[in-house]
Amino acid sequence: MSAEAGKFKPGDKVRVKFEDRPGHIRTPWYIRGKIGWVERVYGDFLNPESLAFGRDGLPKKTLYLVGFNQRDVWDKSEGQRDKLLVDIYEHWLDPAA
Amino acid sequence: MSDSLVDEHGHEHPKHELSHYAKRIYAIRDLLLEKGVISDKDIQCQIEYQEARSPVNGARLVARAWVDPNFKARFIADPKAACAEMGIDATAINEFVVLENSEKVRHMVVCTLCSCYPRPILGRPPDWYKSFNYRQRAVSDPRGVMREFGLKLPEDVEVRVHDSTADIRYLVLPCRPKGTEGWTESELAKLVSRDSMIGVMDALPAIPQ
Repeated sequence: MSAEAGKFKPGDKVRVKFEDRPGHIRTPWYIRGKIGWVERVYGDFLNPESLAFGRDGLPKKTLYLVGFNQRDVWDKSEGQRDKLLVDIYEHWLDPAA
Repeated sequence: MSDSLVDEHGHEHPKHELSHYAKRIYAIRDLLLEKGVISDKDIQCQIEYQEARSPVNGARLVARAWVDPNFKARFIADPKAACAEMGIDATAINEFVVLENSEKVRHMVVCTLCSCYPRPILGRPPDWYKSFNYRQRAVSDPRGVMREFGLKLPEDVEVRVHDSTADIRYLVLPCRPKGTEGWTESELAKLVSRDSMIGVMDALPAIPQ
């Protein structure tokens, strides 16, 4: 698991971009626009949005494990400390204050 | 769809009315065969390969991790190497991550986008794993889903739901059931259910021997 690239590091607050476009998008709807934090940097992977259409997947995209509080995503949560963790590529993330 | 079992291409088709998706997959299969991209033998080999993989693989890994702390450390640090050590072929997985449960933390895995699943370790996913209901509720009401599987967690336990949306495949390492001290690895493996490795429930309870 190479982690040489990527502009975010564990602990950084990030906001998932709220975008919509056709194609093989790997960022689920429910998490778009939400704020979380980088839990882990997984490294660089071929871009599935390109691979799905028979292209080469280059340039590679850094993949992050991004953590969210359940209550921040749904405005409610049975367990106050419950988390949601989603694998998100860097081009779907913006820094959050 | 003709009524005969063998259509004009010479391939067998089921006699009953097929769903839209089934018709589409048969049409794609016929085209791939007709154009020589794949052969009947390729399809049969792939079916056998898919069927040969089962949760038995995962149960062996978990039971070994329960009895051998050094193996557990290797399994968490480098799951694919630990699989190779056990003679389990995990090379088809791009990146493999093991999520260790504890009394205070429970993990649960879903793929809200499709049906990503650690197939070399667990075989084919159960139908419910692919259902819209599970995919929707696993992320929004994980404790409700766990209750339906018989797992009631205290409020102070942290539930961590992993939505495997990309190249990572996740396997939950459940807690070793109480009362299993001195059990052999193969006895323990019988307690490691498929669902405990998806994380919707704990490993099966120890039944006095």
